[in-house]
Amino acid sequence: MSHDWTLVALVLIPLVGSILVFSLKEAQAKLAKQISLAVSLIVVVYTAVVGFRFDTGPNAARFQFQGSWTWIRAFGVHLAFGVDGIALVLVGMSVLLVPAVILASWNSLDSRAGSEEAPTPTGHRRSVKNYFALLLLLEFFMIGVFTATDVFLFYVFFEAMLVPMYFIIGIFGGPRRQYAAMKFFLYSLIGGLLMLASVIGLYVTTGSRSFAITDLIGRVPDTATQKWLFLGFFIACAINAPLVPFHTWLPDAGAEAPAGGAALLVGVLDKVGTFGFLRYCLPLFPAASRWFAPTVLILSVIGILYAAFLAIGQRDMKRLVAYTSVAHFGFIGLGIFAFTTQGGTGAVLYMVNHGLSTGALFIVVGLLIARGKSRNVDDYGGAAKVTPILAGLFLLAGLSALALPGMSTFVSEFLVLVGTFTRHKGLAILATTGIILAAIYVLYLYQRTFQGAVSEKVLKFRDLNAREILSVAPLLALIVFLGVYPKPVLDIINPAIKDTLTNVHQTDPAPTLGTAVGGVK
Amino acid sequence: MSHMLLAEAAKITAPSVSYHALAPILIVLGAALVGVLAEAVLPRSERYAAQLIITLGSLVAALVSVALLHGTSETTVSGALAIDGGGLFIQGSVLALSIVSVLLMAERSVDIVSPIVASAALVVGSPADRQLARSPRIQTEIFPLALFAVAGMLIFPVSNNLLLMFVALEVLSLPLYLMAGLSRRRRLLSQEAALKYFLLGAFASAFFLYGVALLYGYANSVDLPKILAAAQQSTKSDVLLYVGLALLLVGLLFKAGIAPFHSWTPDVYQGSPTPVTAFMASCTKIAAFGAILRVLYVGFNTTAWNWRPVVWAVAIASMAVGAIFGLTQTDLKRILAYSSIAHAGFILVGIVALSKDGLSSVMFYVLTYGFSTLAAFGLLMLVRDADGEATHLAQWSGLARKSPLVATIMTILLMSMAGIPLTAGFIGKFFVFRAAYHVAAPLVVMALVFSAIAAFYYLRIVVLMFFAEPPEHGPTIAIPGWSTSVALTLGVLVTVVLGIVPQPILDLAAKAAHLVG
Repeated sequence: MSHDWTLVALVLIPLVGSILVFSLKEAQAKLAKQISLAVSLIVVVYTAVVGFRFDTGPNAARFQFQGSWTWIRAFGVHLAFGVDGIALVLVGMSVLLVPAVILASWNSLDSRAGSEEAPTPTGHRRSVKNYFALLLLLEFFMIGVFTATDVFLFYVFFEAMLVPMYFIIGIFGGPRRQYAAMKFFLYSLIGGLLMLASVIGLYVTTGSRSFAITDLIGRVPDTATQKWLFLGFFIACAINAPLVPFHTWLPDAGAEAPAGGAALLVGVLDKVGTFGFLRYCLPLFPAASRWFAPTVLILSVIGILYAAFLAIGQRDMKRLVAYTSVAHFGFIGLGIFAFTTQGGTGAVLYMVNHGLSTGALFIVVGLLIARGKSRNVDDYGGAAKVTPILAGLFLLAGLSALALPGMSTFVSEFLVLVGTFTRHKGLAILATTGIILAAIYVLYLYQRTFQGAVSEKVLKFRDLNAREILSVAPLLALIVFLGVYPKPVLDIINPAIKDTLTNVHQTDPAPTLGTAVGGVK
Repeated sequence: MSHMLLAEAAKITAPSVSYHALAPILIVLGAALVGVLAEAVLPRSERYAAQLIITLGSLVAALVSVALLHGTSETTVSGALAIDGGGLFIQGSVLALSIVSVLLMAERSVDIVSPIVASAALVVGSPADRQLARSPRIQTEIFPLALFAVAGMLIFPVSNNLLLMFVALEVLSLPLYLMAGLSRRRRLLSQEAALKYFLLGAFASAFFLYGVALLYGYANSVDLPKILAAAQQSTKSDVLLYVGLALLLVGLLFKAGIAPFHSWTPDVYQGSPTPVTAFMASCTKIAAFGAILRVLYVGFNTTAWNWRPVVWAVAIASMAVGAIFGLTQTDLKRILAYSSIAHAGFILVGIVALSKDGLSSVMFYVLTYGFSTLAAFGLLMLVRDADGEATHLAQWSGLARKSPLVATIMTILLMSMAGIPLTAGFIGKFFVFRAAYHVAAPLVVMALVFSAIAAFYYLRIVVLMFFAEPPEHGPTIAIPGWSTSVALTLGVLVTVVLGIVPQPILDLAAKAAHLVG
């Protein structure tokens, strides 16, 4: 058993930072922010180093930097960490979002100018350092959940991750934060407990004395059992993802969470669900996955169209972005359950892109809301003339959400649709109309807020300062870069996807005239 | 006539008694008697310190002697007492938790001198009673009473003889009936709780005794191993056996606070002085589960296919009642009472497993649950207004602003009860459910659904504490005395540490998981 400390160190850095920030005094808010930013940047650099050392050669092992230590011997549970290409790119995306969120939320709690909400009647000030400590704690769990290679450990991170998010929404959120936090936690908890039933079932039915993912793959032979256990994992992940019809918590949570929290909630936490599909549902329960695939595909397409229509109708900007995410998750689900290399690779790239793009979108929407103190679209208008930089970044983030060619989101959406088309032509065609709907909701939002007559309120807005630009510009730059040159990321993802599909006993269908697309090389 | 009896008596040989195996029980009983004497002999000013030393000293000594007995596996006093791994683990847990409970009972700082009233029998509302409420007079009988109860709890789970088990049941119950009435504040509620507990407890004891009589009629013995042997060989009708077991279970389920015999729990938990509630919710429950384990695993092992459906039904009822009725409560003590009913249901899920794993998982669960619930009740003592403890939910809103520490500790304890990972409660739930999965997968799934429902009211408290605005004339947070601080620290530490490094206690529970018949 290997004891590589690389990933353990990566997981622990944010935890140490979080404890450090928690232990500061309330008066040291500025120091708290600086420490948080420094820690999150250290994590970014560290992750980059790990990423460069990751072997993408033809003979490379699927899981790298593996380290495993016995945790609870009686249950066969290990503190086992390791990354494959899928986990690596998701970790990379997550750690990139954290400093962006920290920068964007820099003044959102302490100065009235930066706050999204009007001050509370009692004039109570929320604890600044706790917010940043919770963000780092969340980062700890996020990295943990992606790097865990032990099913039990994954479950622990999966559930524990809810706690800091719950407090971020509940303490620092909008007016209906109590309701939203409760709904978010209960939905996720119910899913989590169903997953726990499956985790126990997995342990009992496989007779394995270990929870390591590699020990469990291919050990559930009986299809009927697979179906039950699959459902436990699937529902938990579908709630988390969220897939229609398990999505109703997201618009509330996304709208009430502070913009930074919402960026992490939708950008990263929800990826855990789709990551769970790929890492756990498919390889552990291949027969069940094949059996349930048509249902999931249909739900995904329904999600794409239904959520897009709802997004068009929203007046609350944060709810709107939350609904666009539900639609995007439909694409990810489609790509995963199409069982093709293009679809799978596209889905993983989609997860990364969506994290970056929605994260950026939530941040710019948060910046706009902080100026107007309202989430309602109707309170804005013509802001582009007053705040051109904000408008430009807003438009860029919006265009990345609608998958304009040249943006990395286009690459992933294209791959997903191609991958789906080779197997399910009808569904792919239906899903494609989602692109048109995406253009409507993004451009309609931009038009209502930034174009048209300048409203009186908007005139007082100040444009972005350097810190605010710095929070979102790198994310957008990366989206454009990956849109032009996605190869490095695709090279990392591809082997892991091929391996996953082998587990599901699926090979890509032979190309026919109808699918004369070059594929991914 | 009398010479005939004497002649008969001569034939009875005294059973051999293994005194070292009984050491924990003897220490606690002896100390209880010394405590009674101290109460009579010592001047009032010295009683508190003396009683505290006697009580804590004897409990620690008994805990040490339990630890020294590890590995023992024998029956003594003609097979009436079985000192074995399972019994010792339960005894050790009872002792450890009773030490913490006694620390809570010893609290002197938060109220006028003590949360325990000096003269419990005064008519509520009478001039003497009103005077008493303001007087700094304290009585310390509660410590010897607690010791007697603990002695009963030590005998209860190691009795292989049903008559002895009945005696232990009474020894542990009678002091508790008194202790329930000792609250300094809200005297009427406390007296009502005591009377209710006494009356219903008496009924339950009668059921138990009736069951013992029927089983004697069936097996011609009240020893569990002999009942087991009779059930395997007897050609008699099984009616007596099953009716006897059913009646026996009524008595045991009552003590453990399991639906449908739970109705006393919320009222008694609410009315009793909070340290006593904590004592009942942790120690009594553990002892009762120890006895249930022994009866079912030793006496009725082979008839499992007959009683298992009953335990299924009772477990489901208990989880449902605890989870669903808990949702409608507005008093924290009642919420914790319903939570204890739900947890009793989860523990029964482990008992259904009827395996070594089931045994050790139940032992682990009751230990961790005991510490969490004890600390939670301890925290309730600190949040006060002019009328004493402020246990209404509304009074807890915005508590995090006043005391982040109290709110954080409460959150950790509630998360543990809800079964969120990285707390002891999660490991306990996982262990119990894993043990039961082989034989009762649907029951496990139901248990998980009910944990999700119960999580709602735990979360509601967290929401109130952290996300709501504090009321204008809200309660104040009292600074606890040393004993309460130690008790709370222990409770939280165990909850967190066993959530992160449970292996040592899991090993201990696995090693201890055997019962001699």
